[in-house]
Amino acid sequence: MTTSSEDVLLQMGEVRYKKGDGTLYVMNERLAWMAEHRDTVTVSHRYADIKTQKISPEGKPKVQLQVVLHDGNTSTFHFVNRNGQKAMVADRDKVKELLQKLLPSFKRKVDKDLEDKNRILMENPNLLQLYKDLVITKVLTSDEFWATHAKDHALKKVGKNQEIGVSGAFLADIKPQTDGCNGLKYNLTSDVIHCIFKTYPAVKRKHFENVPSKMTEAEFWTKFFQSHYFHRDRLTAGTKDIFTECGKIDDQALKAAVQQGAGDPLLDLKNFEDVPLEEGFGSVAGDRNVVNSGNIVHQNMIKRFNQHSIMVLKTCANVNNALPSMSNGTNIANGPVPQSAYTNGINGKGSKHSSESLPKSKDEPPTKKQRLIEKIHFEDLGDPLLDPDENTTDGPNKTKQVELAKVERYLNGPIQNQMYDSHNDVLSLDEVQYKLVRNSESWLDRSAQREVISSKSAVNALGELSPGGSLMRGFQEQSAGQLVPRDFQRDLRHLYLSLSELLKHFWNCFPPTTEELEAKLQRMHETLQRFKMAKLVPFENRAMHELSPLRSSLTQHMNLLLRTANSKYATWKERKLRNNR
Amino acid sequence: MKLSVDGLLVYFPYEYIYPEQYAYMLELKRSLDAKGHCLLEMPSGTGKTATLLSLIVAYMIEHPETVRKLIYCSRTVPEIEKVIAELQNLMVYYERHAPIPPGFTGLVLSSRKNMCIHPEVSKEREGKAVDGKCYGLTASYIRDRHEMDGGETPICQYFEGFSLEGKESTLPVGIYSIDDLKEYGRSRNWCPYFLARYAIAHAHIVVYSYHYLLDPKIAQVVSKEMTRESCIVFDEAHNIDNVCIDSMSVKINRRIVERSTNALNQLTKLVQDIRDEDTNRLNEEYQRMVQGLKDASVQRDTDMILANPVLPNDVLKEVVPGNIRNADHFLSFLRRFIEYIKTRLRVHHVVQESPAGFLKDVSSKICIERKPLRFCAERLSSLLRTLEITDMTEYGALTLITHFATLVSTYTKGFTIIVEPFDDKTPTVSNPILHFSCLDSSIAMAPVFKRFQTVVITSGTLSPMDMYPKILDFDPVVMSSFTMTLARPCLLPMIVSKGNDQVTISSKFETREDTAVIRNYGQLLVEVAKTVPDGIVCFFTSYLYLESVVASWYDQGIVDTLLRYKLLFIETQDNAETSYALMNYVKACDCGRGAVLLAVARGKVSEGVDFDHHYGRAVLMFGIPYVYTQSRILKARLDYLRDQFQIRENDFLTFDAMRHAAQCVGRALRGKTDYGIMIFADKRFSRQDKRSRLPKWIQEHLVDSFCNLSTEEAVQLARRWLRRMAQPFTREDQLGISLLTLAQLESMEQEKLERQAQGKEGVGGEVQEL
Repeated sequence: MTTSSEDVLLQMGEVRYKKGDGTLYVMNERLAWMAEHRDTVTVSHRYADIKTQKISPEGKPKVQLQVVLHDGNTSTFHFVNRNGQKAMVADRDKVKELLQKLLPSFKRKVDKDLEDKNRILMENPNLLQLYKDLVITKVLTSDEFWATHAKDHALKKVGKNQEIGVSGAFLADIKPQTDGCNGLKYNLTSDVIHCIFKTYPAVKRKHFENVPSKMTEAEFWTKFFQSHYFHRDRLTAGTKDIFTECGKIDDQALKAAVQQGAGDPLLDLKNFEDVPLEEGFGSVAGDRNVVNSGNIVHQNMIKRFNQHSIMVLKTCANVNNALPSMSNGTNIANGPVPQSAYTNGINGKGSKHSSESLPKSKDEPPTKKQRLIEKIHFEDLGDPLLDPDENTTDGPNKTKQVELAKVERYLNGPIQNQMYDSHNDVLSLDEVQYKLVRNSESWLDRSAQREVISSKSAVNALGELSPGGSLMRGFQEQSAGQLVPRDFQRDLRHLYLSLSELLKHFWNCFPPTTEELEAKLQRMHETLQRFKMAKLVPFENRAMHELSPLRSSLTQHMNLLLRTANSKYATWKERKLRNNR
Repeated sequence: MKLSVDGLLVYFPYEYIYPEQYAYMLELKRSLDAKGHCLLEMPSGTGKTATLLSLIVAYMIEHPETVRKLIYCSRTVPEIEKVIAELQNLMVYYERHAPIPPGFTGLVLSSRKNMCIHPEVSKEREGKAVDGKCYGLTASYIRDRHEMDGGETPICQYFEGFSLEGKESTLPVGIYSIDDLKEYGRSRNWCPYFLARYAIAHAHIVVYSYHYLLDPKIAQVVSKEMTRESCIVFDEAHNIDNVCIDSMSVKINRRIVERSTNALNQLTKLVQDIRDEDTNRLNEEYQRMVQGLKDASVQRDTDMILANPVLPNDVLKEVVPGNIRNADHFLSFLRRFIEYIKTRLRVHHVVQESPAGFLKDVSSKICIERKPLRFCAERLSSLLRTLEITDMTEYGALTLITHFATLVSTYTKGFTIIVEPFDDKTPTVSNPILHFSCLDSSIAMAPVFKRFQTVVITSGTLSPMDMYPKILDFDPVVMSSFTMTLARPCLLPMIVSKGNDQVTISSKFETREDTAVIRNYGQLLVEVAKTVPDGIVCFFTSYLYLESVVASWYDQGIVDTLLRYKLLFIETQDNAETSYALMNYVKACDCGRGAVLLAVARGKVSEGVDFDHHYGRAVLMFGIPYVYTQSRILKARLDYLRDQFQIRENDFLTFDAMRHAAQCVGRALRGKTDYGIMIFADKRFSRQDKRSRLPKWIQEHLVDSFCNLSTEEAVQLARRWLRRMAQPFTREDQLGISLLTLAQLESMEQEKLERQAQGKEGVGGEVQEL
């Protein structure tokens, strides 16, 4: 099995695997073990398959190394160097360190992609249907589908998986251990380092600047553990440490943020007092707050605790933005139904509100007002009438249930006459416009004529608008639901779903200001054409066969949508050609 | 809903009503009918503001001749804005449902800092700087100068716009918040601040801060012309006595004396300069003095930046005495007085004396009589006006000295003077302070009670209620405390008296610094942080104690353990920093991480920030928040209270501590759908004299079995209770018990009246079972 092309990076004798002695080979792409006096490899793991390696704790009589595979299987190697415990550990460490270097480069190669996609499709039936309709029928290529249409889903998944929060106590979790002779030993894992960097960008920068050019990794972290970051009761001033500077940078950042003030007027303590007492006035109450312990160490420590918490919180700021109201995530599920509903409601209102009333004034009032109303709102008493959106009282503009005595009257109105359905014809549009202009010219002297419309045409118009008239033909029709068989309905729904998805992306391209958008537009147009040929036309044919009474009326609207898109595309194309010339 | 309260048609802007709101309305109406004052306690989060407003507005519509005006005073700016939002809500309801809308005008008055719309002036952050700049643009002589030099001198276009057209026109009917006023001001090119100042005289409803009524320096300028037929509401009034006292107490230290000497030198130089170039101005002033101070009407309102610190009815209606009429004489007079204060500060032991003794000493040492001293403040403000000084920041210290002079010579009773040569904690560092301290909160309050027909004092925590009539010296016609009817026990008060190791926990002086106590406090907090979701707030008795406890916790590793469960935020003495920490605390609660906030009782956070819903699922009170009892000022006040009002020292101290404790824990509960744990971590809370002083709505839920718990037991209880609270809670669960529809209200009325009467005797409320 060993191919000659593979280099053996390390060969380690006296390694036992399943009670058999043998040799362990660490090679370019895999880890192999061969039993003594054989020439076939018994164990062979590609690095890509290996999830992690584990080692036996120090002090145990057996010195072992275990590799854990992605499928959950494990292989344990037992080091049995004749020269005693020390040599065994040395052997093991050699392998371990080499593996440590090798494994990360293979980690990413695992093709989890397909698995992910499969899962996304399983979780979203709508997306799956879309996939079936568009990709399997070759309207879209698979890549295109994933890149444009399922982007949101894919992103959401990835985002959720990647972001790991920072524990508030990550520094406390580094437990110092005395090593017996006047020293402390800290165990630093890559996770903790990641946390430190994420929380304290200044430290990261220092690390970047100093390691390895000026000091070694170990020195850097030793200094870190000596610094105020780790010992909150140490003062920064005085020492000429690299972290003194970090502390200063942090302090400045904090100060700047503090200067900016609290965003929420209800939390801004500075502005609570309307008319502060003049200097020198006040008595007992005033005195108490000025009492200064003079204990700078304590004050500094408190400041640092605040700073730490603020920094930790900042690391998950991005997550917060994505999920604005996840109010309960701690130890106990405190699912107060009213509360969550309440928060959601507010968020909904908030977004709507801020988009509407932005231009109203340059200060912050809208959000302030919003917060105030939130504050005076008692969920159980009923909603306050004061709506943040309305300053005048032009009636409640909340969503109101429409109450209809006769539903069909609401649903049926004048419909467009097929005969005049020609607005995609540019020429006729011009013509119509011209006529309109001519007509409107004569409107001015309408008062002189006294006759607005001839009685005959009035009667005609009324007739057209009455049930049965050409404009009201929809009225008599039985609802489509009764005429169209179920499977047709379902297909129709799927068609609509796919088409609207495609159209959404098509219209998103307008106005095509960049090259990419133009390219995308081109692509979308082609896709639409393909969709029409591959899906719509067969469906129409089938409908023609099986549902003669309805015929084209089922797909009429979809055709209209497509036609509109086409004409838009054509206009754009034409204009572009003209411009290029 | 439209309901009838004892025959009065009240428009209540919500579909439902709490039973206690109705009871509150009944009591309120009774005192309005009787034209007397009242004291009402209703739990926070039961819609007090909406209740007050809807009843009083209804009353004003029904009996326009009895109550003409509503003046609503609250403590903080956010509170004031909330009141206006409620009022707007009510008016929208009237417009939609009443046959004829009442046509009331209501508005906020706030300081220039909050109301200014001038592009440059409003950029200033400090209130004083805004005032100064505004004064520099709007003072009458500045405007005259502007006229003279043809527009060279900058003025404020908004004020000009207002004085040109605004004064004559009235504000259109409506309710104006600060932002509305600003908006209106911008659209009309009028200054919102002066617009509001003018409009409050005609408006039906005025909302502003306590100080506008209680601080004589401001009240005189702003609230002079309020009609007697007004109803005054002091909301969040649990600290009203301190506000009264603070506004009339003065502290003078060495820095102030130095600065005032500098200011005095400056003034002398200015007077000299002016004499050289234009003697007329000083002569004119002198003539004015001779004629008397009655020329106030000539002064423009913009000039009135310095007002007399004494109450209006104590201001002398006399002519300024001859020996300080001349500017030079006055300045040398002041110089002598300042020198005298300087000598008084040069002491080595504590001196305490009465104002009368002080005056006697003044007259014997530097031959200054009482009468000219009383005119000091007036005289200085007149001089500053004559000298056309716009930037008052330099003269702050001098003004303070003159205020002190006027106060000390006006009031001989209810005040004391204490000179402390050093701080008690640092006896070696000389840092002399002269305290002129008001001991009697009724001095500032008395004119308000006398002047207005009905004064409503209300808050969520006024217990024990019999104390307020005593210390404020008034006779309420109605005094009532309301409970909170609840469909589920949404508050869980517990007294934790010992840690898991059975060590008694208490913040009393002897054991305060004991590591075992501090450790047990820490363990309690950690256990609670493990159990309770989202936000937790802890209050300490003082900032010093907070600091030392946090330091010990850090050494004991408790902070690290705590960080494993929640983020940690701590109140600091810097307001801006605390605001930022608070904002992050809220953010941490919002994103589900959960956080712990350590704050101080009597601090800014405990007074002004609500921790409703997930922002505060548990509040811990570490120790009893007694005031610093060694303070001499406090001792003087206690003596005074004992002599004048027969209030025992201990009673007052406990009263003060318990109202603050209740105020702190009450922050967590804002409404009936909210729920929160209240942990009193001190053995002494379980004593009857402390327990019985908690507000009734907390006491009712504090059954005996919750009064002597260990950490472990408390956490067990909390766990079970939280599980129960996490169940869905809908409006239907509440209806009929703690929430009523109009129909239910009408059918229950008779029965309810009885129940409410019961509540007054302290019987009502259901027993909590878990």
